[in-house]
Amino acid sequence: MKHFAFIAASFALLTNHALAQEKPIAFVGSQIIPISSPSIPDGVVVVHRGKIIAVGPRSATTIPADAERIDTTGKVIMPGLIDTHSHVGGGWAADGSAPIQPDVRVLDSINVRDSGFNRCRAGGLTTLNIMPGSGHLLSGQTVYAKLRKANTIDDFVIRDDHGHILGGMKMANGTNSQREAPFPGTRSKSAALVRQKFIKAQEYRKKIQLAAGDPEKMPDRDLELEGLVEVLEGTRVVHHHTHRADDILTVLRLKQEFGFKVVLHHVSEAWKIADEIAKANVPCSVIVVDSPGGKIEAMNISLATGSILDKAGVMVGFHTDDWITDSRLFFRSAALAVRAGMDRDKALYALTLAGAKMIELDSRIGSLDVGKDADLIVLSGDPLSVYTKVLQTYVEGVKVFDRTDPNDLLFAVGGYGASRDSVAHVCCEEEHR
Amino acid sequence: MRPLFVSTFALLVGASTASAQIAIIGETVHTMAGPPIKNGVVIIAAGKIQRVGAQADVQIPERAKVLRGKVVTPGLIDAHSTVGLTGYLNQDQDQDQLDSSDPMQPELRAIDSYNPQERLIDWVRGFGITTLHTGHAPGALISGQTMIVKTAGLTVEEATVRAVAMVAVTLGDDARSKGKDAEKKAPGTRSKAVAMLREELIKAQEYVRKQGLSDATKRPDRDLRLEILASVLKGDMPLLITANRAADLMSALRVADEFKIKIVLDGAAEAYLIMDPIKAAGVPVILHPSMRRGGMGETENVSYETAGKLRGAGIPVALQSGYESYVPKTRVALFEAGIAAANGLTFEQALASVTIDAAKILGIADRVGTLEAGKDGDVAVYDGDPFEYTSHCIGVVINGKVVSEESR
Repeated sequence: MKHFAFIAASFALLTNHALAQEKPIAFVGSQIIPISSPSIPDGVVVVHRGKIIAVGPRSATTIPADAERIDTTGKVIMPGLIDTHSHVGGGWAADGSAPIQPDVRVLDSINVRDSGFNRCRAGGLTTLNIMPGSGHLLSGQTVYAKLRKANTIDDFVIRDDHGHILGGMKMANGTNSQREAPFPGTRSKSAALVRQKFIKAQEYRKKIQLAAGDPEKMPDRDLELEGLVEVLEGTRVVHHHTHRADDILTVLRLKQEFGFKVVLHHVSEAWKIADEIAKANVPCSVIVVDSPGGKIEAMNISLATGSILDKAGVMVGFHTDDWITDSRLFFRSAALAVRAGMDRDKALYALTLAGAKMIELDSRIGSLDVGKDADLIVLSGDPLSVYTKVLQTYVEGVKVFDRTDPNDLLFAVGGYGASRDSVAHVCCEEEHR
Repeated sequence: MRPLFVSTFALLVGASTASAQIAIIGETVHTMAGPPIKNGVVIIAAGKIQRVGAQADVQIPERAKVLRGKVVTPGLIDAHSTVGLTGYLNQDQDQDQLDSSDPMQPELRAIDSYNPQERLIDWVRGFGITTLHTGHAPGALISGQTMIVKTAGLTVEEATVRAVAMVAVTLGDDARSKGKDAEKKAPGTRSKAVAMLREELIKAQEYVRKQGLSDATKRPDRDLRLEILASVLKGDMPLLITANRAADLMSALRVADEFKIKIVLDGAAEAYLIMDPIKAAGVPVILHPSMRRGGMGETENVSYETAGKLRGAGIPVALQSGYESYVPKTRVALFEAGIAAANGLTFEQALASVTIDAAKILGIADRVGTLEAGKDGDVAVYDGDPFEYTSHCIGVVINGKVVSEESR
């Protein structure tokens, strides 16, 4: 009976998302950090049907009469955080059979009930770019996911106006993807393998273009090359793991040759070549870790990377790379960057709107603006303070984390059972045993 | 054996690092030996703290080097690390924290691997950490010895506070044999690991007994391994038992009770489940509040709130950076204390967990952990609340010598 209750509860939440929040909710009285505009000391945010319908100072914002009013006096509200590089959910795409696997989708291997997603919600994250690993030159298609209460991966994915599931393409260079054949043994070999594959994709694309829709002339479908054609056409952004300065420059060289859109990830040594990155107009998603090293490529990692890149004019975001850092501590990344000289507003921008731009969803998420998705978090205080708690997390107007709920608190602070998959999953597994 | 060792090192430290007088002025001075002092000052001379008090009451010597900050604390103590045996490159050449050739090697000395030039030492010192309890890592049933160092000094001799601090034991999954043909080597189970540990301690008991035989010809040959375990049996030093699951922590308490030895529980992710037995055994705990990586490992139930709970139950608690096998190669005990301060400990309690409480657990409270006259001149200076990520450590003094004035 108890198990049924849990299942019923999870369906009820889904229904909430499906109904997209019938009644308006007004958050009244907190400091609001819209990101896209200056902070509002005593503000109001109104959300309805999953969208933001009003943001502004309390004195100048109309609250609908039927709205549920939530008093957030003394709190801070800002957009939900966007993690441009996460491995939560156990999603692995490419296997050990080949170094380049653009046909493989990470969405086919994600467990949406993984308790890690609850830790993400507890950390104030609302959107993730879930990536396969870095042990390949190209390890597969990433998925952009909203942390809605989910029963299946379909509840997580973000679709465009045509219903296509959105995501990028994960690539890597440097040492992680160097192994025994058929994997590359050197950096030059890595670049050569990638170039050869992209040239094949160019040829494939040319054949499709020449066929001009004539089925007699169309090449056979090729799942791998189809993935790369999306990259060549710019509908799929490359998210490129890269650490060393020379490896970063290699990515820029490949970008120039093949014209794909790319976000540089980790970028341990980007501070050495900030001007070159700025000139290439390529954004950087920076990892911030407690200490340098752990691998040779990360030996020169610096807390100042975000600050240096920002001052050079590079768009800077952050990521957790969870499990490398804990999603509950994502604010620490921004705060340590501020410690090393980054502007506070830029650091908050990096956690939100910059991330949205890197996954090309900035028209929908990343700031508190009318018309955008109602993805927001309620904080107990200064976002960059170690003492501040994420109190509530909303995705599309639906509360997905509430610190006053003991079940949610368990994921926020840890404790017995905090790493189990969420209840419905455990119950069903046991029942089927 | 040990006392001689220690005093030799102590002399060297004193001789090489003492400098002229230093005055450290803070808007708030957390002495950890009493309430914080507003507008306080710490005077250091000849490597030792000479005076601590309100600025109004303490004369600052004319030629003293002056450091100023918002918050002044004792130099921080990381109660358990492997830094110096583990290097930041994480390559074979700088990884000396674990030798997998034998599951039990208590004879391995930390001083023979510690690299005082390791960059990670400079890294953690930059955040105000002046004392490290470091040594052999978890990952073998008995991986070797630990030591206590200051995060300064060109040689291990200069850095050493205590050359042998504890003997590092691991229980639980991480004690299983590793490397080639691991599945054929003991220990392969938890029960086997505990049986092997008990057998080794019994051997050491026999060694001690035979050393006392009246017939000198029947006394045993010197045995490095048993010698160190004999000193554990005599109560000269504790076993540092790394375990995370409650069942493994209970195994540790059972062994301690059987052999009447001192132990310190380390890691201890599930310690909050068994606070009564831990308290009854009088065993201190060195915690890692945020140690969890991904899925369902032995730290899956770790909680940010454990330090607060244990402290509330009257169990001595210190915090640590632990051992890291990948990126980042070390965590920073200061940040771990921040997590504890935000999750159940007061500011002063959290600071105590990386100063005086750590010093007491490590048995070095006579030298470090508070700002009091007569103690080592180890001080950290911050431009704000040290636990805030956005604050900076702006001064570090070790043994009365300013080792950093960089803002970090």
